[in-house]
Amino acid sequence: MTFNPMNFINNLHYLAVGLISVFIVIGVIILVTILLNKIFTKK
Amino acid sequence: MSLSDFSFLVSNIFALADWRYVTMWIIGGLLIFLAIKYDMEPTLLLPLGFGTILVNIPFSGAIDRTLQNGEIQEGALSTLFSAGIANELFPLILFIGIGAMIDFGPLLSNPKLMIFGAAAQFGIFFTFCAASMFFDLNDAASIGIIGAADGPTAIVVSQKLNSSYQGAIMVAAYSYMALVPIIQPPVIKALTTKKERLIRMPYTEKPVSKLTKILFPIVITIIAGIVAPESVSLIGFLMFGNLIRECGVLNSLSETAQKVLANLVTIFLGITIASQMQAEKFLKPDTLLILGLGLFAFIFDTAGGVLFAKFLNLFLKKKINPMIGAAGISAFPMSGRVVHKMALKEDPQNFILMQSIGVNVSGQIASVIAGGLILNFFM
Repeated sequence: MTFNPMNFINNLHYLAVGLISVFIVIGVIILVTILLNKIFTKK
Repeated sequence: MSLSDFSFLVSNIFALADWRYVTMWIIGGLLIFLAIKYDMEPTLLLPLGFGTILVNIPFSGAIDRTLQNGEIQEGALSTLFSAGIANELFPLILFIGIGAMIDFGPLLSNPKLMIFGAAAQFGIFFTFCAASMFFDLNDAASIGIIGAADGPTAIVVSQKLNSSYQGAIMVAAYSYMALVPIIQPPVIKALTTKKERLIRMPYTEKPVSKLTKILFPIVITIIAGIVAPESVSLIGFLMFGNLIRECGVLNSLSETAQKVLANLVTIFLGITIASQMQAEKFLKPDTLLILGLGLFAFIFDTAGGVLFAKFLNLFLKKKINPMIGAAGISAFPMSGRVVHKMALKEDPQNFILMQSIGVNVSGQIASVIAGGLILNFFM
């Protein structure tokens, strides 16, 4: 185990890409769920 | 018969003098104590605690060991580990049970709540960055996933990334899940004002059709599978369990998955994970650091959810109670209940259970997706 503080900065792009990806996927799931509700829920 | 015939007794007793074994017994005893006295995830911590003692008895036959003649003698727990954890079988089967337990109703009724599940995955990626200062990328990613607050996901990710710290990661993941009622409230209080905690969110249940409930697990599996194919087994088994629950024609299978199957796998899971709790593997400074980083992950998950809710409130006319953001971690249903109790403590008439449970369920989905993305990045 070695301490390399620069790795924190170097790997920050994973934080951005990872979180944005989770938001995009969840966003798609929200849209699909809203669509499912609209199509299949009786009024 | 001579005294030398009893030399094995002497060598076994002298082996006990190793402080590391005694330390592991204390750790095992502590896990059993927490499980029984404080009811902290007893289904996992108790088998884990007992298993920790079992594998740290000198020359324990419960795990593989090399005999004096060089032969390797197989141990039952090592065999179980190869059969159920190394190939991710146990956590995936457990996911069927968890899927069967989850009612996605509150979430389907108000799908916008899912966004908080995404925000609360902040801790995973932030902890990964922090852990990368000390560990290589695969180990750092496996440590970050402790923040998923989801034992099976942590096991699968650390296993697939071949982390050398699986024992510590699994212990941290399950222990902190049990400690959610202690970890989350101070973080939530530190980030919110009393006025924010008093915000009421009237709940109006919208009807959800049976067909929507059936299609939801299938559609989620397809979406998550396309985006992160590595996570398809995780999300697939979870959603399969939910499909059994919602289809309406497999009620006895659903009940079996929720109770018998989940309990059976949990028994084996806990005690099998303990095979990784051998003193020589566990008692290292790295372990303490991993436990610290796991706590860090839970704190920043909670903070991520709360701060995102506060951010949204800047634009919303009808404000939301930012505490529900904290329920976006996957520790289900503890996190949802913690938030609900906190709201009741501030105002006995403020009922946000349905919203917080909805967010909590979305955290389960989001954490699996985050785990899949991590695997996609580093495999």
